[in-house]
Amino acid sequence: MTDPVRNVLLYTLIALAGLIAPYVAPTIVIQLALLWMMVLFALTWDLAGGQMGYNSFGNILFFGIGCYVATVVQRELYFDIEEYANVTIADITLSLTPSQYFAGLALGMALSVLIAVAVAAVLGSGILGLRGHYFAICTLGVGVAAGEIASGWEYVGAGSGMVAPIYPGEPDQRGIFFYYLLFILAVICFFTLKRLYSTRFGLAINAIRDDEDKAEAMGIHTTRYKTVAWCVSAFFLALAGGTFGHLNNFIDREVAFPGTTFGVWMVLMAILGGKGTIWGPVIGATVFHVTQELFWTYFFGWQRVALGVLIVVIVLFFPQGIMGWLRERWPEKFGETVDAEGRAAQVSLEEPR
Amino acid sequence: MASNLALLYEAPILSVQLVIDGILIGAIFALAAYGMALVWGVMNIINIAQGEFVMLGGYVTFFLAATGVHPLLTVPVAVAVLFIFGWAIYRLVVFRVVDKDLFISILATFGISIVLQQLANELFGADVRTAESGLGTLFFADGLVTVAAIKLVAFVAALVLGASLFLFLKKSRLGQAIRATAQNARAARIVGINTDRVYATTFALNAAICGAAGSLVVMTWLIHPYLGLAYTIRSFMIVIVAGLGNLVGVILAGVGLGAAENFAGFLLGTEYQAAFVFSLLVVILLWRNFRLSRLRKYLK
Repeated sequence: MTDPVRNVLLYTLIALAGLIAPYVAPTIVIQLALLWMMVLFALTWDLAGGQMGYNSFGNILFFGIGCYVATVVQRELYFDIEEYANVTIADITLSLTPSQYFAGLALGMALSVLIAVAVAAVLGSGILGLRGHYFAICTLGVGVAAGEIASGWEYVGAGSGMVAPIYPGEPDQRGIFFYYLLFILAVICFFTLKRLYSTRFGLAINAIRDDEDKAEAMGIHTTRYKTVAWCVSAFFLALAGGTFGHLNNFIDREVAFPGTTFGVWMVLMAILGGKGTIWGPVIGATVFHVTQELFWTYFFGWQRVALGVLIVVIVLFFPQGIMGWLRERWPEKFGETVDAEGRAAQVSLEEPR
Repeated sequence: MASNLALLYEAPILSVQLVIDGILIGAIFALAAYGMALVWGVMNIINIAQGEFVMLGGYVTFFLAATGVHPLLTVPVAVAVLFIFGWAIYRLVVFRVVDKDLFISILATFGISIVLQQLANELFGADVRTAESGLGTLFFADGLVTVAAIKLVAFVAALVLGASLFLFLKKSRLGQAIRATAQNARAARIVGINTDRVYATTFALNAAICGAAGSLVVMTWLIHPYLGLAYTIRSFMIVIVAGLGNLVGVILAGVGLGAAENFAGFLLGTEYQAAFVFSLLVVILLWRNFRLSRLRKYLK
């Protein structure tokens, strides 16, 4: 991927495809919107999980914060709490004028980003000071704890959830609006991360992944870098959460903290595509989402079992992911020159100990 | 919450009840935690599927008890079934990640935990299950403090199991081999220990202990397919508080956690009890980090 002309061509193609997709296939616009959300999920997970080597099982926390904060802001801005509490999903009266709706959405997303990043900073600066496996298990608990709190907290609807205001406008416009919102978010996320990885920051987090003690000995403030990386993840996940809450029109614990679906998928997609690469998560998310949409119904309820099996199989037998496999297969395309001798040496290195 | 606190102040006997319940359930937590410490210490693997083993042990007892067998008699069956199950999981998956990076084993056992949790959900249904022991209840202090007899039995059983495992590791040949492998796997191989078999036994033993814990849980409390994670987190908390290979510490930490959980459930309401367990983990890790950071002199 060194040829700049080819790069520009590739980006233009993807951008074009992304821009015209909702008009080419208007019936599946929501699925396409979710595809971009999956790309964002995988990219943000890979930031800590792949590039930095810090597996997080609780990134769904920030997604849920985004969902809840954005919806609560809409509610607090425009509704009387008493009136709101009496609304059931059956008779929705939560219609807003477009300007109210979009202003509320923008404000809600801004606030959700603030809160999510603050949570990531506070929580991260504490638990990221420890080594990765403590962090991994801690995040496992954090995601569930947040869901438990949300399902017990009356202010955010407790177990019965909250209804987000309906989109002011035609139903088909609604799909297209959220499609472009998620598309833009995913694109911004991609280029932000791509830019970040090419800076000193990217080198630092890669150094942390490769050997944290050495990185620290070299004078890198590892905890600070780790916290910033997690905050960047939180930033984009909160935006995605705010959008998804409004797209779904209804949030409760299951929608906002879907640990067994989205939470697991983001891990799976990133390692399927290839941890620690910029394109890996994009490819992994696309492959996974398309496969899931096409074949998921044939599993008859065994999807989640298959999901776990898939994680185990990928971790054991395909840890390099699709990008890693491509890179091993055609190293020349990745700008690496490998002669026959080097190839032989590389193969012998991969022999099991 | 304040009213509950006032209630505790008015009637101190309630605290006694909470503490006793907590201590009795805490011994079972300690049992699962001791298994986690064993695998962690010997194989350097943090087993995320720990709680799922507990859950499976509970289902073994539940289904046997449904056929009319007394649940207490099914504990050895749960131990045996889970031992074989643990061995199979080792031979299928875990042996591939023993020497690998800790992150790989965390991801792999995370995958196993999802498989087991979802399999249980598909095969056994999402219902909450419990096995009735029919042992009755003991009353103390004019009936103000009640203790289900099965909880006492489970408490004693947990302690006996923990102690016998401890003795097994100390005295038996295999136990010595396990400890040798934990100290230095390479040296153990040199002196002729089949470390692969040691690892398999360790992992199977861990599963068996969890099976016993689960079997006791279903008698004293309840099980459902999604409770695994809570037990994994509890085990992890107990291990990091007590340290690896410290049986007394593990029991004390387990008992303390049980009591703390009961108080939290009473004060905050039972809907927040699970949230308390998971939040406590964060607090413990933050505290640990704070304590360790004061020891770190070389980089601020």
